[in-house]
Formats: sequence, C-alpha cells, structure tokens
Amino acid sequence: MSEEVLQQATPGLIPGSGAARAAKPTRLSPSFISWLQAGPMMLVFLAFFLIPLVFVVIVSFWDYNEYQLLPAFSGRGYTDTFEGCLAQLPELCTIGKTYLKTLKLCFLVWAITLFIGFWVAYFLAFHVKSKTWQMGLSLLCTIPFWTSNVIRMIAWIPLLGRNGLVNSGLTKAGLINHPIEWLLFSEFSVVLALVHLFTFFMVVPIFNSMVRIDKSLIEAAYDAGASGFQTLVNVIIPLAKPGIVIGSIFVITIVMGDFITIGVMGGQQIAAAGKIIETRVNALQLPAAAANAVILLAITFLIITMMSRIVDIKKEL
Amino acid sequence: MREGRPRSFYVLAIFFAAYVLFLYGPMIAIYVLSFQGPQGGLTFPMNGVSTFWIAKLFQGTGIVDLGAAFRRSLLLGLVVMVLTVVLSVAAGMAFRRKFKAQSILFYSAIASLIVPSIITSLGISLEFRIIDDLIKAHWNENFETSMGLLTSGLGAHLTWTLPFGLLIMFAIFNRFDPRLEEAARDLGATPWQTFRYVVLPIILPSVIGIGLFGFTLSWDELARSSQAIGAVNTLPLDLQGLTTTVTNPDIYALGTVISAVSFTMIALALGTIHMLNKRQAAKGSNAGKGLV
Repeated sequence: MSEEVLQQATPGLIPGSGAARAAKPTRLSPSFISWLQAGPMMLVFLAFFLIPLVFVVIVSFWDYNEYQLLPAFSGRGYTDTFEGCLAQLPELCTIGKTYLKTLKLCFLVWAITLFIGFWVAYFLAFHVKSKTWQMGLSLLCTIPFWTSNVIRMIAWIPLLGRNGLVNSGLTKAGLINHPIEWLLFSEFSVVLALVHLFTFFMVVPIFNSMVRIDKSLIEAAYDAGASGFQTLVNVIIPLAKPGIVIGSIFVITIVMGDFITIGVMGGQQIAAAGKIIETRVNALQLPAAAANAVILLAITFLIITMMSRIVDIKKEL
Repeated sequence: MREGRPRSFYVLAIFFAAYVLFLYGPMIAIYVLSFQGPQGGLTFPMNGVSTFWIAKLFQGTGIVDLGAAFRRSLLLGLVVMVLTVVLSVAAGMAFRRKFKAQSILFYSAIASLIVPSIITSLGISLEFRIIDDLIKAHWNENFETSMGLLTSGLGAHLTWTLPFGLLIMFAIFNRFDPRLEEAARDLGATPWQTFRYVVLPIILPSVIGIGLFGFTLSWDELARSSQAIGAVNTLPLDLQGLTTTVTNPDIYALGTVISAVSFTMIALALGTIHMLNKRQAAKGSNAGKGLV
C-alpha cells in the first residue's frame, strides 16, 4: 500500500533525472497521503472492530426464541441475565456471584503478575549491565509469548495431574498419602496458568519505563544518603508507574474477558464473565450473549478509566 | 580491590532464573512426553522413547484431520503476516505527520487490543450473521454464509495483530533520526526514493519483527477465532477441543508439532534480524545500496 502511495506522491522534481519521468504526476497534498497511508488500517478497525461493537450493543436489545434472532426491541437479554437479582436480595444472584468470582481471579492474577513482573523487569533494567545480555534475556522472556497459549496450558497436566510429577514427588517423599486433587482443574490451576501466560504483559511495559529512568537520579539518591529501599519507593516506583499502570490494564482486561484459560484449566467447571458469553452463544441466545458482552465491556471500561486517570497512556507510547 | 556485585543482584538473578524455569519447564515437559513409547501415558515416567504419537498424527489416523487444519492455519497466518506488515508500516509512516483522524486511529488500535477478545469475536459473528440475512432476504435465497477463514476470520485476527504492529512502528520511529531523511531529500531523493533506499533499510530488522508478531499471534490465536472463524477450525481450535477428552499423548504430539512451526518462524525471523544488524554494523547502514 505505502509503496503505491509514495510512488504516486513522487513529485519528480529532481533536475537531471527528469527525462525518465517526463509525465510528472500531480503532487498530492500531505494530508491526502496520510489518509492513504493510515486509511487501510482504519478501515480494518472500522469493519472488524468498531461496527461489530455497535452490532453487539444493538443486538443486546433484540428479542430471541429457541433458534433465531428476532430484530425487535426487547430488554429480554438483560432481564434474563439479571433474573432474580432483586428478589434474592440481600443474597447475590448468579450473575453477581460470577462477577465477584471473576473480580477475585482478576485481583489475584494482577497482584501476582505485578510482583513477578516488577522484579523481573527490575533485574533486567538495573542489574543486567551489558546491552547484549539485556537483549538476550528479554528475548528469553518473549519467546513463550510467540507460542501457543493452549499448549502452555496443557503443559501443566503432566506436572499437576493426579499422577503428575508434583503428586508423585510428594508421595514418594512421604509428605502425602493421597494425591492432592486441587492442583489441576481448580481455581488454583486457573490462577497459575493465567500468571504463567500473562506475566509477559506486565514485564514489557514496566521494563520500558525502567530503562528510561536516568541512572544519575539513582546515584543522586544514593549520594544523598537514601537506603536501597528508600530509593526503590521514592525514585524507582514513581518513575516506573506508567509501565505499572499499562501492564495492569493489560492483565486486568485479559483476565476479565478470559474464557479459554478458565475453561481449560478449570475443567469447564468455573463460571466467569467471559464464560457466560460463550455459554449463551452456544445456546444460540445471541441477544443475551450480547447483553452480557455490553455489561462486561462497561465494567472493563470503568476499570480502565479509573486506571488511566493515574497516567496518560498516549504520552507513554 | 574489585567492586563486587551487590547481594540484591544474586537474589534477583535467582528469582529471574526461577521465572524462566517456570516459563519453559512445563513446555519442555510436553515436548519430551510427546516422544512417549506406544504404551506411554499422559505423565512421567516415560514408557520408552518413540516417535509413535507424532507419526500417528501425520498418518491422519489420529484425532484430527491435521493436514487440513494445518494448511488453513498456515495460510491464514501468512496472509495475516503480510497484511500486518504492510498496513502497520503504512500507518506508522502516516503517524510521523499530524493528520486529522490520528487520535481516532490510535484509540481504535488501543481499544482493539484491550477490549476482551470474546466481545470482538461475538461482534464480528453478529455482523456477518446480519450481512448473511440481508443477502438472503434481498438477493439470493440460497446464499450460505459470508463467514469464513479469509473473511471474518482474517478480520478477527487483524484486530489482534495490527495494534502490535502499530505500537512497534511507534517504537521504531521514536528512535529514528529524521536528519537521515532530510539529508536524502537535500541530495535530491524523491519521497519514494527516501523511503525505499533510506528509511526502509534502516527499519527493516524491526519490520521483520512485526511480521514475526503477525504470524505467531495468528498461528496461535484462539479467543477471537472462537466465534468468528465460521464452519472450519484452525489448529489451536482443534487442540482446544481435545483438551476436554485427553486420554493419550497424541495431544502432546499435536502441541509439539504446532510449537515446532512457531519455533521455526521465530528462528527464521531472529536469524534474519541478526544478519541484517550485523551487516548494518559492518558496512554502516546499507541505505543507498538498494539491497531490499
């Protein structure tokens, strides 16, 4: 695309090479060139992201029966979703419980990935001095991201299963008599797999913020008599905050909408916000699925707005 | 006296090593287990060593029609890779000047990255369902569906790969020295010549990186494909389908084969990037030599 654009944009003004381009193309205005360059990507987002989102909102207000969509206004998608919520008060209804559980998973995964991600990034940014080593080790952390998530989930089966390495190791060591059942297909394995898959999203932005920190600031803090801990709390963490916030947004939105990891690692037994949508789609209750998508979108948006108050994302990229 | 490393270095080095082990350990376990003997089970210890399960996969007598899904995923991955590279480089160039819809495009890309995949996927499937209904109602009653690998599936994958491509382009141009272009212009290069012989050779290693992201993210994509791919399955979808009924190591064998493709692509891309960087270091930038 850009090739054609630039070719058209070629003004052909070079003296001496003018013979080759006797027919000078009319010069395109810079803003038109920008449109041609950015237009294709904009069209993809329009056709496959923005318009689909609009359809999700519209269909969430449609009616449905057992096997098809009925394009007539109805709030059924929402009322079905919140069925019994008022009647059961103060008890939480199903949807309330599901969201509470999703938020709990989200919080756990966020806290653990933040801890691991922060220290991994810290090590790479401040302790690895050679650029080559820094590149090599960052690459080592990135390569798994280029491989399949499902495979990285399945990979836990031989380790955590009833006859897996952990259980057989503990049994041999005489620490347990019966295999531990909650290692696999449980909330534990879901959190473990999510941390395993998505710590990367925390490491990269935090590392990016940290390498930009001027090393002389840290020396200045040291010279002024700050302890290592004081430097960490008063210099490094505030300056790494943009990375921390961006990483947190990634991890939280991924976990909020996840249904695959929770499905596979939870043995399809754990309810979550994303899984409700999948279940509704499989039952062909599309307006109800769309209504749930709108609710999930609203909650995700709320979380992001709260977090981006802390930092201006656009300035950090 | 030499100044040693602080104690925190060793603590964090061990922490980092543990993290890397945590990342790779389980993956390596299943690569090893896919070479189980024919009588082998899902866990250690190994019951002999063989290529039985991998061979079974390729005979097509196994669990899925590997060949067809493999070709579909590969085709989609390559198309996504090419489109991601071309669209990202073009849009990245546009962002170097101010233009009107700049912030709309920027926020669309960021939103596309962080809106949960299941929502995008559902939206695309609704969109295509409605298009299908319109076609059936107005033009052709026998129309089946416009959903498919290279329509809705391709679009779904692009909403995932393009934001990465665009962000990498931002990173590239953040440390790009615009004086190089000015110099080219002063020497009489046309905008196209400036791009082709100056800008592109310099950014080429990173552009290959975008291609790597484009292919691998598509090759392993699952959440967005789930509702939007239409009637056919890609490899990761087949693999996910198998997780509910795991009984023997052929699922590991499939995992190993899929990973082998990923690793081949990673090695190819990193090798090329390394070669280009070395050449740039040796000869200066090869800008102007028209090597591309």
